[in-house]
Amino acid sequence: MNCIIIDDEATARAIIAQLCTNIPSLNILEDFPNAMQAIKYLNQNDVDLIFLDIHMPDFTGFDFIQTLKNPPKIILTTSDPQFAIEAFEYDCIVDYLVKPIALPRFEKAIQKAESISNKIQETTAAASSQIETSSGNDLYVNIDRRLIKIDIPSIYLVEAKGDYIQVKTEDKNYTVHSTLKKIEDKLPNDLFLKIHRSYIINVQKIIDIEDNSVLIKKDVIPVSRSNRPELMKRLNLL
Amino acid sequence: MEQPNLSYINQLSGGDKTFEEKLISIIKLEFPEEKAIYYKNIESDNFKEAAENVHKLKHKISILGLEKSYEVAVDFENNLLEKSTTGKEEFDNIMQMITNFLTTL
Repeated sequence: MNCIIIDDEATARAIIAQLCTNIPSLNILEDFPNAMQAIKYLNQNDVDLIFLDIHMPDFTGFDFIQTLKNPPKIILTTSDPQFAIEAFEYDCIVDYLVKPIALPRFEKAIQKAESISNKIQETTAAASSQIETSSGNDLYVNIDRRLIKIDIPSIYLVEAKGDYIQVKTEDKNYTVHSTLKKIEDKLPNDLFLKIHRSYIINVQKIIDIEDNSVLIKKDVIPVSRSNRPELMKRLNLL
Repeated sequence: MEQPNLSYINQLSGGDKTFEEKLISIIKLEFPEEKAIYYKNIESDNFKEAAENVHKLKHKISILGLEKSYEVAVDFENNLLEKSTTGKEEFDNIMQMITNFLTTL
């Protein structure tokens, strides 16, 4: 974790820096004798953790926190135990260390900060995974040198037309220079099924099935004999 | 009466003599400055400012292992915030004790 130290007392800054040498995951970037200098630094640098003194002249630690839009994690370092309750009003405050700080207590605070960091990373990873899934619902097709996004679930039919395929969606039809095989590989198997050598349908969009044909939207699509059993398997038959 | 000591600094250093020397030199530089500002404020009856000075000096007191003196400083800081100088003499004695100790380092 990249850290900075803010304390108006040089002795305190030296002590915290020394405590940090015991924890390999901590990287002290800078230390500051006042909050104003730190604010300038934070505007230009990424910091994961701040060791912050509360009691500083002119601009207290709490004043400093309130200036930050997205504060990193903060460990308060102070001689004032009475501010502990106020400290817990801030989500960014991980721990509250009363000076003089002993190494075991310092290590415990860092463990808390690291545990919160790990949780944030897990949440971020879960969120990104959701984005990937969502982008997996899109299909980009090249038409006239433009990559056009098509929402996959909105596709109800793909028809082979020589060197082209026609992709039909609820809103629009797209004629794309490609093959049925290529698009079949890109479409999710649970939603789409090739029912004929020239047709892939979205199974959820079927209106009805009659003998060897399927009505999908307003299109009547032939079902080849070899593909019919697979189609029947996919239906929730009563 | 308790005496200043380097127990905390030694514990903190884990035997790193360079750090010990560095920290002591910082304290030797910072303490007289903070003490001078405190005396200036207390003599001018700047109670709030003097309380802030005592607050800062408290940390040095605790670093030097003066646990009882730390409590004296806490009480004195609170008194100053109420514009009272009760505890001043005792606090000043602590200041002198630390000054004497630092000259031995």
